Amino acid sequence: MPDPPDPIAQDEGPGPVPRAVATTAALEAIARLVAERGPVMFVQSAGCCDGSCPMCFDVGEFVVGNHDVLLGTVGGCPVYMDPRQFETWRHVQLIVDVEPGEPEGFSHAAGPGRHFVARSRVLTPQEEAGLGAG
Amino acid sequence: MTVTERTAGTGMAADGTYLAPGQPGSLVEVKSRYDNFIGGHWVPPSRGEYMQNITPGTGHPFTEVARSTAEDVDLALDAAHAAKERWGETSLPERAAVLNAIADVIEKNLPMLAVAESWENGKPVRETLAADIPLAVDHFRYFAGATRALEGRLTEIDKDTVAYHFHEPLGVVAQIIPFNFPLLMAAWKIAPALAGGNCTVVKPASSTPWSILKLAELIEDIVPPGVVNIVTGPGNEIGKALASSPRIAKVGFTGETVTGRLIMQYAAENLIPSTVELGGKSPNIFFPDVMEADDEFLDKAVEGLVLYAFNKGEVCTCPSRALVHRSIYDEFMARSLDRISRIVQGNPLDPATMVGAQSSLQQLQKISGYVDIGRQEGAEVLIGGDRAHLDGELHDGYYYQPTVLEGHNQMRVFQEEIFGPVLAVTTFDDEAEAVHLANDTLYGLGAGVWTRDGNLAYRMGRAIKAGRVWTNCYHLYPAGAAFGGYKISGVGRENHQMMLEHYTQTKNLLVSYSAKPLGLF
Repeated sequence: MPDPPDPIAQDEGPGPVPRAVATTAALEAIARLVAERGPVMFVQSAGCCDGSCPMCFDVGEFVVGNHDVLLGTVGGCPVYMDPRQFETWRHVQLIVDVEPGEPEGFSHAAGPGRHFVARSRVLTPQEEAGLGAG
Repeated sequence: MTVTERTAGTGMAADGTYLAPGQPGSLVEVKSRYDNFIGGHWVPPSRGEYMQNITPGTGHPFTEVARSTAEDVDLALDAAHAAKERWGETSLPERAAVLNAIADVIEKNLPMLAVAESWENGKPVRETLAADIPLAVDHFRYFAGATRALEGRLTEIDKDTVAYHFHEPLGVVAQIIPFNFPLLMAAWKIAPALAGGNCTVVKPASSTPWSILKLAELIEDIVPPGVVNIVTGPGNEIGKALASSPRIAKVGFTGETVTGRLIMQYAAENLIPSTVELGGKSPNIFFPDVMEADDEFLDKAVEGLVLYAFNKGEVCTCPSRALVHRSIYDEFMARSLDRISRIVQGNPLDPATMVGAQSSLQQLQKISGYVDIGRQEGAEVLIGGDRAHLDGELHDGYYYQPTVLEGHNQMRVFQEEIFGPVLAVTTFDDEAEAVHLANDTLYGLGAGVWTRDGNLAYRMGRAIKAGRVWTNCYHLYPAGAAFGGYKISGVGRENHQMMLEHYTQTKNLLVSYSAKPLGLF
């Protein structure tokens, strides 16, 4: 898979509102995971059962497709989404958070008995315009 | 409640509610913990770790299952490989007899398994009694018959050259089961695998690992050791270890898209086939003529809309988008909302309950999140829209009110699978718009069409890009009707004898009955 771009530059600084952000609880869980396992990645899921969750894997575990969309980074970790799914997410900011409950799928837990979840916020028209077509 | 208040022998309390598994008098015995089912034996997890199993009805744990690791997957694969030659060579009458015996023992224990399944998953026992378990019985019988009826082919290439085609087993397959129909989806996968002469290693969903172990208790003396193996535990440990193992010949999976892609990625690494079923956002379309008469058919159509609440909406084919013709919208929705308002929600083990508990806290949180998204995007809540708080021991259970959101097809609640009792409803003006809206989705698993006009029903059925179009019905799952997705809803089909092709490989014997040399060398 391609190397993720420099994460820090996308986490901070002025410029357009990021498409992916994380809550403090999620950032803490990510930091612990990275300390234990090394770099991780997120892929936003869709479909039945455990769909709609940000699945967390070791970097490289999930082969990123040529057309997958890199939404941004959270805690230095890239967040990807299927391009067809992204069409309905263009106007939305993805917020990675943590909730009680074991993860399903093959995702890493967000600490014992906890899993990552996706919250979302509808972007303002100004924010969306600032993001352009991407 | 005292023993005298119970109805002796029925497993029910005096009010007709089934007693919870493990309670005195319940139909279902519960051990304090369950090991893996490997090679016909109950094998403790290698690292000795267990995980709590929660019933969504109360939100409290009621037993423990093995928290397995990759070592346990290897043990199961060892057992399956040890059994595969013998099972693959078992005669068809014997193989079919085993499948029929599984069906018989499930049928004989139908109320017990129905109660176990309800308590495990939170689904109403009226559904497990009427649908989940009887369908599982029929599924094993269907594949017992299908495997007897399956014929190889031969082609006479010329007078002395014959191509014979045999169905040979794949060997050992991996099957990953979802949480929404823990027993029925296991039956959908295990029956064709066994019918094809394969041995299987099954991983149930992390949140519903127990009811299939109750099934294993029933079949442990029926199925030869190692033919069916069940390993419980977290997906990132054992699901991955199983699906990526170079010792499997096929992997079957039902779940979401990212794990589906991982499954196909692992299958590509091992150059093996996979079947993935990944969900949907199924349209349920109501044409004006459903309201031409106030009759039984209209009543059926109204129920057809309300079927979004079947299994509390945790169905890959949940008819979660209702498209209603503008000319009938107000009256049809008034009738439908009235029906929805009379849905009985409560203890899954009460036969009167129509909507039970969501299968996990994670699902409950996700549903709440989507309803919030719908509100943010401007959808109007026509009914429901909040968590349902029940009394007594159900207070901490994962209940969500049957909900209807009115909006338009570009909203995320119309485009993403919520997997809860949440219907998104909108209108259309003509047949072309109905087709457009129905197909304006990433998914193509199911669809429903309701009309008294057979020609219109046929045109719609052929125009909708989905693997199944229910016509004047919904949520029927008979064995013999192929099930699977168009578009990102998945690859492959289940629930039909064509599965035997997916669970076998073709051996061609090309035989010359001529003594004459080719004459080239």
